[in-house]
Amino acid sequence: MSAITAPGAAGQAPDISTNAQQRARFRRGNIFVALLGIAALLTFASLVTLLWTTAADGYSRLSWDLLTNMPTASARRVNDAGLSSALWGTIWVIGLTAIIAFPVGTCAAVYLEEYGPKNRFTRLMQINIANLAGVPSIVYGLLGLGIFAEIFALGRSVITGALTMAILILPIIIIASREAIRSVPPSLREAGYGLGATKWQVTWSHVLPSALPGILTGTILALSRAIGESAPLIVAGAVPTLLFRPQGLESTYSALPVQIYDWISRPQKEFHELAAAGIIVLLLVLIVMNSAAIIIRQRFSSKLKG
Amino acid sequence: MTNQALGRAAGIERGVVPIKTEQEIARALTSTSSQKVSEKIIGYFLLACGTLSIFTTIGIVFILFNEAIKFFADESFIDFLTGTEWTALFGSPQFGVLALVSGTFTIAILAMLVAIPIGLLCAIFLSEYAPPGVRAILKPIMELLAGIPTIVFGYFALTFLTPSIIRKLFDGAGVFNKFSAAIAVGIMIIPLVASLSEDALNAVPRALREGAYGLGATKMETTLKVVVPSALSGIVASFVLAISRAFGETMIVVVASGSKAWWNWDPLQQGQTMTGYMVQAFSGDVTRGGVVYESLFAVGLLLFLITFVLNIISNLIVNKFREAYE
Repeated sequence: MSAITAPGAAGQAPDISTNAQQRARFRRGNIFVALLGIAALLTFASLVTLLWTTAADGYSRLSWDLLTNMPTASARRVNDAGLSSALWGTIWVIGLTAIIAFPVGTCAAVYLEEYGPKNRFTRLMQINIANLAGVPSIVYGLLGLGIFAEIFALGRSVITGALTMAILILPIIIIASREAIRSVPPSLREAGYGLGATKWQVTWSHVLPSALPGILTGTILALSRAIGESAPLIVAGAVPTLLFRPQGLESTYSALPVQIYDWISRPQKEFHELAAAGIIVLLLVLIVMNSAAIIIRQRFSSKLKG
Repeated sequence: MTNQALGRAAGIERGVVPIKTEQEIARALTSTSSQKVSEKIIGYFLLACGTLSIFTTIGIVFILFNEAIKFFADESFIDFLTGTEWTALFGSPQFGVLALVSGTFTIAILAMLVAIPIGLLCAIFLSEYAPPGVRAILKPIMELLAGIPTIVFGYFALTFLTPSIIRKLFDGAGVFNKFSAAIAVGIMIIPLVASLSEDALNAVPRALREGAYGLGATKMETTLKVVVPSALSGIVASFVLAISRAFGETMIVVVASGSKAWWNWDPLQQGQTMTGYMVQAFSGDVTRGGVVYESLFAVGLLLFLITFVLNIISNLIVNKFREAYE
């Protein structure tokens, strides 16, 4: 704790203070620093405990079979249970989500930053996007169910799940992409215009390439949020303990967090271990994706500087 | 398009100098008509992508109201808002949403009691006190915590918080209880409160702090009496957003706080929330057109309206009460 106390004490330089009142003020300051340290330690401790207990519960169930076997609901066959259908369901849904959300999100951001006139309508769009980012994810599930599954008659299929997820993460992608586009220096655009390029030519060949790392990073982070979302998929029709992988866009599907939820909600301890193993797989996928985002950010930012 | 192609489009061939008048240059430099058309089309396409977000909002509002209106055609609106019996999935269903609201509020309030003090203290620590080395550790921890899926917090609440902490401390606590769900929700929200509050604290200009030091204030006095009050609008806005997040939180609550919907504010008992009911119903088999299906949208509408109002309040706080420095 002394390392934490040091800067506080150094800033106070209590040379003149000799009376008791002065000392009491500094003592209060030290207590406050201790409180801050406790808050930080509590946060740190909860993260470590969370990861540690999950890893301890699940590691014995980690194996190659976990990835290639189908799940089971029967306690007798729990040793052969796997995540195959859930894993492939997630790959299908998130892959499609990326294909839909990345171009649409980028285009919306380009519109808001480069094309949109500074009027009420554009402002309304911005406020609306900020508000959408705060809508609970389960409400998006209801939207997906009501609009895509029922009105568009897509049923409880992979494409319904992907469209729902795409709508869910669009605000995040748009906000991140706008940030990236805004950080492209205006001189780059002016150089393009100076050569007689049209607005789209400037956007396509100057603005987007420079903003791409930021847009990609934002998209990957948004997708990793989507991977962990279970509530909207449960509402929009993902099914746990499915015995087949998705066959196509119209296929019934499962997803990693949905399968994990199913196992958690069973009373037997074996299923809880399976759930913990599933969580480890899920977290590993997230770590890989986040590392990819960090690598992209660092590689491109160093390139731009050099 | 390369520069050469651009030159050709503008009528400037290499070696030949066909430029005659300024007017001609101007005409050559402005794009050809087909280019103009495609520019227009691209512009409209981008606009369409932008307006998609508006259609999303319209879609949400439409679908929620559409089904909720059908629900209220069969069930009394007053009974829905004032009833405390929620037996939607039983034989003779009753739809008193206060049963779900009590669960939701208990968990949200308790979660705030965890997230607000810890989140704010972490924010103060990060922005005012932490030396760079500690900051370099604590920041990524916050980001990691923010990136963990909520179902993982649910598992944590059910298999660790409940048996190892809550049931050890409190005799009457059940296998499913609102307390451990609320603690997990609170931990999940700490990064949100911390990062938004830290942004607000960082926006307070240095001169204010130096002024306080110049008057002889200690570091704590400066922080608590000058910096925090100056950043109060951003900090309070982060609290409101956090409450909104707690209301909408689903998987932690579904996993850890049980599935009994009743009017009950005891954190040690189980209790279902609005989101919890939705997941429970959809995990079974609900058919379209039934009253249960419609009730899901009525509950969803209530949840949407609550979080929507909270988000608006948060925005208003930021915009109206922000101290603008510079």
